[in-house]
Amino acid sequence: MKNLMNKNNMEELSDKKINRRRFVSFATFLGLSGIAYGGWRWLYNSPAEISGITAGAKKPLRRALNQTELIVRKTYSNDHLVKTYPVSKAAKKVRVNSTIGMNDKNFKAGDWLLTVHKTNEAPLQVTLEDIMALPKTEIVYDFKCVEGWDQIQHWGGVKFSDFIKHYQLEDQAKLQYVGFATPDKKYYVGVDMPAAMHPQTLLAYEVNAKPLPLEHGLPLRLIIPVKYGIKNLKRIGSISFSDQRPPDYWADRGYDYYSGL
Amino acid sequence: MICNEINVFMRTIKHKHPLAIRWAHWINFPVLTIMIWSGMLIYWADPEYSITISGHTFVRFFPGWFYTFFNIPHRLAEGMAFHFLFMWFFAINGFLYVLYTVFTGEWRQLVPGRHSFKEAWLVLLHDLHIRKTLPPQDKYNAVQRIIYTSIIGMGLGSLITGLAIYKPVQFHWLTWLCGGYYLARVEHFILTIGYVLFFVIHIIQVILGGWNNFSSVITGFEIVDNKSVSIIKVEHEDEKPNE
Repeated sequence: MKNLMNKNNMEELSDKKINRRRFVSFATFLGLSGIAYGGWRWLYNSPAEISGITAGAKKPLRRALNQTELIVRKTYSNDHLVKTYPVSKAAKKVRVNSTIGMNDKNFKAGDWLLTVHKTNEAPLQVTLEDIMALPKTEIVYDFKCVEGWDQIQHWGGVKFSDFIKHYQLEDQAKLQYVGFATPDKKYYVGVDMPAAMHPQTLLAYEVNAKPLPLEHGLPLRLIIPVKYGIKNLKRIGSISFSDQRPPDYWADRGYDYYSGL
Repeated sequence: MICNEINVFMRTIKHKHPLAIRWAHWINFPVLTIMIWSGMLIYWADPEYSITISGHTFVRFFPGWFYTFFNIPHRLAEGMAFHFLFMWFFAINGFLYVLYTVFTGEWRQLVPGRHSFKEAWLVLLHDLHIRKTLPPQDKYNAVQRIIYTSIIGMGLGSLITGLAIYKPVQFHWLTWLCGGYYLARVEHFILTIGYVLFFVIHIIQVILGGWNNFSSVITGFEIVDNKSVSIIKVEHEDEKPNE
């Protein structure tokens, strides 16, 4: 009864068979659409993750972010440098997007000290003069905000890796993460060690060859070109090291912890 | 053994869309929709694009009512989380589709040929009711070939511009290829607008194409002749006890 005419993908079938095939196809289609829709509703209405180091994302989406991090981390290398530009390209008016962690009216830059917390040792206190005495590195690169904008900016300071070397913190740098926090601890970020030790990561005290203005994080801020702006903490008060992810302000609010570029 | 004459309605069907292509199509539709929606949640955080010619803004991407209507504002983190999950499905599905068309030779039906661009013009004139006749049609006409190949090129473009924005340091060569970070984001956005335009035209064409054409994307086949024939069947009696 089957009369296949394969030449043009033609086939002769009885009405009954055509209807049966059509029914099977449509039933499958509608069934799978239903399952897909159900899956989507499940994902869309899935509960928020349990608040820990990260918070604010739907549980399955947080897992996806963390899994994706593991994959994209394989593409990361400290040999991949951020593109740099001539100083003339740098923005004269450097964009200010946030002052979270810098709203303490009693803050005096002159009294500022950087505290470096070491595991199993007394903390280290460093003055701005100490830091400025270290070899200076400048970078002009395209700063990228998680919101989508970017701007070519000119920063100057000390390479984080130089800072580690000078203060003999190599043992600390063997841990997996560095935490940075503002003196009032209202803004805080966690950075994976490879990104912190990237040759273009700076503890910056200058923008456009002048000391940082208050809104850019006087006296010392993090400039970490391999991360979105959210990780570039202003007004560093303390640095700590850990094998666990340090608390992170935006990862607490649904953003990817890694936020690498 | 007895002879029965039964009216059996026979129709000729044409197998049009292989199962793999139907799967790819219907997976892509919701995945791309989610990518565009989550992309909007991301774009809102820095909504700076418009079509402005000599000081006059013709279109602003997007007006306030648009954001309100689709409940877009203040969902950047959520948008990113969705976008960076569904990007995998979008890429894998597209990759499998291309792989399938390459290995089965289906691509020959899809990629425009030497005469496609001239023919496409004639198809367009016909569709606009300016010309009465159509050039000889294959499985896909010249316009379809051009569009269905371009849309795959656009998908690849979204993948490349997307990666260029997503990891501009690790994939710096892609970012360079796109003309830099800023342009990569613009291109990523324009491609998205392209999908929306494609969707509008696609839906119009599907409606004009009629039910038989639409259902072939679900069933895989299309009925090509509606002649019913009466045939004589010779059957054993014991096979049909209730006859």
